[in-house]
Amino acid sequence: MDLAYTDAEEEFRRRLREWLAAVLPGLPPKPPPDDWPARREYDTTWQRMLYDAGYAGLHWPADAGGQGATPTQHLIYLEETEKAGAPYVGANFVGLLHAGPTIAAEGTAGQRARWLPPVLRGDEIWCQGFSEPDAGSDLAGLRTRAVRDGDGYVVSGSKIWTSHAEVADWCELLVRTDPEAPKHRGISWLAMPMDAPGITVRPLRTLAGSTEFAEMFLDEVRVPVSHRVGAENDGWRVTMVTLSFERGTAFVGEVVACRRTLDALADEARRNGKWDDAVLRRRLGGLNAEFRALWRLTQWNVAESERTGGVPGTGGSVFKLRYSGARQELYEAAAEVLGADAFDVDREWVLDRLSSLSYTIAAGTSQIQRNIVAERILGLPKGR
Amino acid sequence: MDFQLSDDQRALRSGMRDLLDAVFDRDRLRAAVDRGGAPDRALWRELGAAGFFALRLPEEAGGVGLGLPEAVLLFEEAGRALLPGPLVATHLAAGLVRGAAEGEAVVTAVDGGLPVAHLAAADAVLVGADALTGEELRAFVAAARPVRSMDPLTPLHQVEGRAAAAEAYPGALRYEGALLTAAEQLGSAARTTETAVQHAGEREQFGSPIGSFQAVKHLCADMLARTEPARAAVYAAAVTGDPVEIAAAKLLADDAAVRNARDCLQIHGGMGFTWEADVHLHLKRAWLRSASLLGRAAAEELLAAGLGAARPLPGGSAAPGPGAREAGGGG
Repeated sequence: MDLAYTDAEEEFRRRLREWLAAVLPGLPPKPPPDDWPARREYDTTWQRMLYDAGYAGLHWPADAGGQGATPTQHLIYLEETEKAGAPYVGANFVGLLHAGPTIAAEGTAGQRARWLPPVLRGDEIWCQGFSEPDAGSDLAGLRTRAVRDGDGYVVSGSKIWTSHAEVADWCELLVRTDPEAPKHRGISWLAMPMDAPGITVRPLRTLAGSTEFAEMFLDEVRVPVSHRVGAENDGWRVTMVTLSFERGTAFVGEVVACRRTLDALADEARRNGKWDDAVLRRRLGGLNAEFRALWRLTQWNVAESERTGGVPGTGGSVFKLRYSGARQELYEAAAEVLGADAFDVDREWVLDRLSSLSYTIAAGTSQIQRNIVAERILGLPKGR
Repeated sequence: MDFQLSDDQRALRSGMRDLLDAVFDRDRLRAAVDRGGAPDRALWRELGAAGFFALRLPEEAGGVGLGLPEAVLLFEEAGRALLPGPLVATHLAAGLVRGAAEGEAVVTAVDGGLPVAHLAAADAVLVGADALTGEELRAFVAAARPVRSMDPLTPLHQVEGRAAAAEAYPGALRYEGALLTAAEQLGSAARTTETAVQHAGEREQFGSPIGSFQAVKHLCADMLARTEPARAAVYAAAVTGDPVEIAAAKLLADDAAVRNARDCLQIHGGMGFTWEADVHLHLKRAWLRSASLLGRAAAEELLAAGLGAARPLPGGSAAPGPGAREAGGGG
């Protein structure tokens, strides 16, 4: 049990801090949330800065153009960028954390050469076409069809919850290529160019009032067969490689941010007098325990993946289950600190309270996470 | 950073588990229940010989020379096994009360206004910074009133007057005691999770193991989702020794132990409500331990006081002043 960082890790942290201190003051102001082209520009500019400084694709393997950093270095990177107030991964999320790692793991040499460098440089943005209106938790039940026609697939169907669809260049798309096979064995993974004819993107407004994601309608969209990653009908396995990346260090920055929010809530409560309410004060104390533990659990999981060669374990499901609930509790407490101001969406934390509601749903609902924990970690029998 | 058990720590933990399997199996557990939880002196000496109490004394003082990270692993195992006796008090008394380190003496402690555990069997009782023995102890016991204890493994006495108000242990010892208690809670929480999962996999209703039903499966998943964050909190607090981090560990471990025992009971259905099943032993111990040494209110207040912008950056990691690195665990 050693929480001390090695000299090399401390050196990595020191250089990163120096670099962040040097470049962050020169960043342009953050764009308005609904201006997607401006958001793309902002996020890709940041990605290009990371690339030029040698921090792009930190956790990607070196032979995919990444830095081959250790899980601990990746943890330090996420912690320090959050503490310094650096931009989030934003529009580069799918490229860096889903599609890119999938192509790195499963793509041919030509596919890797075509798609990976533009992701690292911030030249191209990816979105994700996995979920469908009738395929949410039961993702393998997806019905978007891809019919082989010469050197291409003709794709028809609809996708939903696609973030950054309006500004993406590529979509990592799951399609059904064999409707007769058992549902997990008839799926393929395609890279669909977002400028192909037949794609209609309709933004969806969230309960927070913003348009964070979109529906996507596909009407006989042609995708070259050469854009398929992995074998035909092997897309489910290819996808699981992708999804496992989602549950590694995905929430490091957010846990750091939640702890900062908690400190700010305490300061605000002391200022506005709510701190005298012992029930609220103790509630904030309880949340302090929660987020401290989540930070330590992150370090535990990272150290474990360091020992097992960088493979994120199923421990990620335990983390996500606990964290998503804790985040919602944090913003419920924030509303209590705000009092009457909790109904003013221009007040800090009010929109966060609304967006926190997605955490127990997105990337595997808490109910699905419990199934994963119970079946894959605890070994309980699968249900019917 | 290598926040995982070292090979030596793994060996220590499995050695402790093997020892308890050998000297405190289920028959011994139920025998302890039948005799009202009084510590078994021979077993106490065996624990002493194994270094359980002298673990953190320096080697030159006849101890094992290990630290809090190793101690929490041993106390976690003790909590798993429901090992009775004033383990925390005797461990903390090693080097202070003669015979404690070797397991020759049974040492208990007062803890605010809570009933005192194992007083009748004790060779010494810690009252704040004082250790009462001999005549003083006899007078203390004579003035105490036996309580019909809810936990059959923990005989209790109510004390009054000056002693009743005394905090358990002076200074840093209080936090160490809270952490070791949290470690016992962690072991109990892990054990009730395993017991519940085993039962859910075997017990059939409606033609299927009940663990195949999501209503039951999700109870089990939640048990693990309480245990693992508590584990990370307890182990980290053992490395840093920081009082606020110890408060977090105690709060989460208390919650995991109590709620897991309740869920384990629920999963066992009617059998879980019987004296014969062990689950009530876990629940009753967990209730007692969660009230002792940094109970919920005290832990939450300490954690609240630790919040605010004036405090160091969140993370607790590598705020690198010279020599300010977090101490590594031994081994």
